[in-house]
Formats: sequence, structure tokens, C-alpha cells
Amino acid sequence: MSDGDGTNIIELENVDKFFGAFQALKNISLSVKKGERIVVCGPSGSGKSTLIRCINRLEEHDNGKIVVNGHELTSDVKDINAVRREVGMVFQNFNLFPHLTVIGNLMLAPKLVRKSSKSEARDTAMKYLERVKIPEQADKWPSQLSGGQQQRVAIARALCMNPEVMLFDEPTSALDPEMISEVLDVMTDLAQEGMTMIVVTHEMGFARSVADSVVFMDAGEIVEMNPPKEFFDNPKNERTKLFLSQILTH
Amino acid sequence: MSFDFALIVDSIPKMLMGIGLTFQLLFLSAALGLALAIILLLMRISGRWYLAAPTMVYIYIFRGTPILVQIFIIYYGLPQLEFVRDSIFWPILREPFGCAIVALTLNTGAYVSEILRGGVLGVDRGLKEAGAALGLSATHRFIYITSPIAIRLCLPAYSNDVISLMKSTALASTITLLDMMGIARTIVAETYAPYEIFISVMVIYLVLTWFIQRSFGWIEKRMSRHVKSEA
Repeated sequence: MSDGDGTNIIELENVDKFFGAFQALKNISLSVKKGERIVVCGPSGSGKSTLIRCINRLEEHDNGKIVVNGHELTSDVKDINAVRREVGMVFQNFNLFPHLTVIGNLMLAPKLVRKSSKSEARDTAMKYLERVKIPEQADKWPSQLSGGQQQRVAIARALCMNPEVMLFDEPTSALDPEMISEVLDVMTDLAQEGMTMIVVTHEMGFARSVADSVVFMDAGEIVEMNPPKEFFDNPKNERTKLFLSQILTH
Repeated sequence: MSFDFALIVDSIPKMLMGIGLTFQLLFLSAALGLALAIILLLMRISGRWYLAAPTMVYIYIFRGTPILVQIFIIYYGLPQLEFVRDSIFWPILREPFGCAIVALTLNTGAYVSEILRGGVLGVDRGLKEAGAALGLSATHRFIYITSPIAIRLCLPAYSNDVISLMKSTALASTITLLDMMGIARTIVAETYAPYEIFISVMVIYLVLTWFIQRSFGWIEKRMSRHVKSEA
């Protein structure tokens, strides 16, 4: 792409998003370089999920510009599918396909979208199930797995498409406490391998150890964005200080 | 009042000679009705008003009027119209069997499309989003994610409709067809023994219902394997 430095894999420029009269995103500008890990935090309703859902167009932004991997997001369906192929997403509620086995979940998109053969898709699926450390669950139904295992399957499912970027929308919020670390471990591994990641989470330990930048959002705006050390030790904005005091006190 | 068992034993085999016609009416209109229902469903959820609105009117009319009236209008009413007699559909509409199939198909199609729509609406939005996020096209999402889940959700209601359709086939006897009910009515006219004959035909319908229920129960069980968790 000829737009300047070329290393920005995601660019948001003055993005607004409305739900009816409610403005969920206000003039958001953010760029993410290849290999960067961004953690987005903020109180509920602050627009964090909406922000990452706009990046793969599960939500359509109303104003501004979003460019992902050289494709500008418009209503052009071809471009949207091209972007979605390169952007993996992990949801709070896993969203595994209940009618497919674990390996069926992993093989579906490579077969349909990448046109992989069955055996190729199976090999890729097994490779990523091993990476998330549950190859032995391949032939089970999602409902037979624990929450932590289901979320690891969901991560593996996204990785099977070999994405350039991974979006995580509160991946540990629906998990029992004892299962959170197994998911965070997988995400930390992924970060160490150089995956570009945008993670919406309240896991501040993860933010501190993995993130290159922490973004704090409130009321649809990016209030503060800094490297974790600066962010946690020396927050500038009053709203950031209040939020950190609330979540770090217990 | 005496109950003539010999007459029952004698007439059940006669009525069973009509079971082939009952099956033809049932299977043909069930299959055609399902195809019609799928077309209606796709029009209804297309998001285009000029496709959705006619289906809503159609469904309202066919669910909102008695099937007996629909059969009579198609059998007695349509042949009065010259353009119907001139149309390519005349060979079908000329025969009572064709009229019965058309009426049952149009009627069950309206019901089943609403059943299917309920199933489609019941599919968790998050699953469609997960498909979208993986880059699946809208068509792929509908075929590989929405449909299989929706089908399982609508099976109980659909089996209900097939049973209801099976019972409706008996109405074909009102337009001269000799299905089981038609034969039963003929025997009653000959013997003046409505009690024995109608109870016998009722028993046959009950047996058919049992088979339909069992078949759907089996399909449901097969399609719900993934819902059971490890004990």
C-alpha cells in the first residue's frame, strides 16, 4: 500500500458509531503496527467491544475510515470477506458451532473459504489443537468441553485461517476463575510468537506483561493510551485513575 | 347396541387397500410442501419487502382458512375459470388427486415455512457472527451454520405438522378419492354401520401416527447427539 509507512496493519481515523441516538464510538483514531499487542480496557458500555467489532465489520461504523491490511471497510462485501479472512476473532461466549465436533469447527472455514482439501484442513486443525494443548479433544462435541477448553478451541479455530491479526473480545469474562489462566497462557504464547493482537480484557496482569500499549476507553472515547508501565504506574487522566483504583483494589 | 366385530375384521383389509393412496397423498404433499416452505422462507427472510410481503399474505390466507374450504375451491371453483382450463396446470387440476395434492401442498407449505422461520430465528446470533468473522459468505453461513441448527430446533414442530397433514389427507375423500377414509365412507354407505367402520379407520390412522412419531423421535435423537454431554 502506498499510504505512508505501510507497517500499520490497522488504521482507524475519526471513527464514529451510533446505535440509534446513542453514540458508542466518538471520533476514534488508532493505528496498530504489525506484531503489536494492544490491550483495550474500560468500564462496561465504554465502547471497547464495539471498537473491535468494527474492525472486522460485525458492526458498521457511521463516520470516519477503517483500513485493515490495505482494505478499506466499506459496504463492499468482497472487501469485507477479504478482511475477515485475515482477521481472527475470539468471542466472550466462545460461539463454537454446537452441531460440529471440535475438529469440525476447526476445519469448516479452511475448507469453505480457503478451499483446503479435507486432509489439509485436518492437518492444520490438529496442528493448532496441539498448540492450544487439547489435541485429544478433537472428536468431542463442544458441549462436552469445559469453558476454558472451549475457548482454546475457539482460539485454534481462528488460527486455522492463518490470520494476520487476532481480535479478542473479553475472552476470559465468561470463564470460571480456575480456567482463566489456561486461556491467558495460550494468548501469551501467541503474543510471544509475534501475532498482532487487540485484546479487550479486564485482566490487568495480562495487560502488564504482554501489551505494548494499553488503551483506556470511557464513554466511547479513547481517554488514554500508553505503554503498560506508564499506564499503570503513572496514569494521566482522572477517569483512568478512577478506573484503575476500582479494578485494582480487589 | 351391538358391536359387529366380524364386520370390522372384514372391512379393515378393504380399508387398507386405500392406504397406498393415503401414503401417496401424504408423501407427495409433504415433499412438495417442504420445498414450497423453503422457497417461502427464503423470500420471507430475504430482507426485501417485495419478496417478504407476498409470502406474509399467502401464509395468512392459507393458515387462516379451513383446508376443507381450500380443497373445495380448488376442486369445484378453479375449473369454472376458462384460463385455468386452458393453462398447463389443467391436467393436474382436472383430476381430484391433483387437486388434493395441490391443496394439501399449498396448505402445509404455509405452516411449515412458519415452523422453519421459527427455527432460523432461534439460532444464536453469536454463531452467525462467528461464521462471519471466519470469512464465510452469507450463503455458506446459511447452509453450514444456520440451517443444521435450525432444522434440529424445528423438528418437534415439524413432526407435529406431518401428523396433521396425514390426518388432512382424509379430507381428500370429500372430492371422490378412495383413500382409506373414502373406502370407509363407501362401506358405511353400504352397511349402515358407521360406528364399527369409523372406529376401525381411526385405529389405522393411530397406527400411522405412531410410526410417524417414532421416526421423528429417532431423527431427533440422532440430530441431538451433540447436545448430550458426557455422563
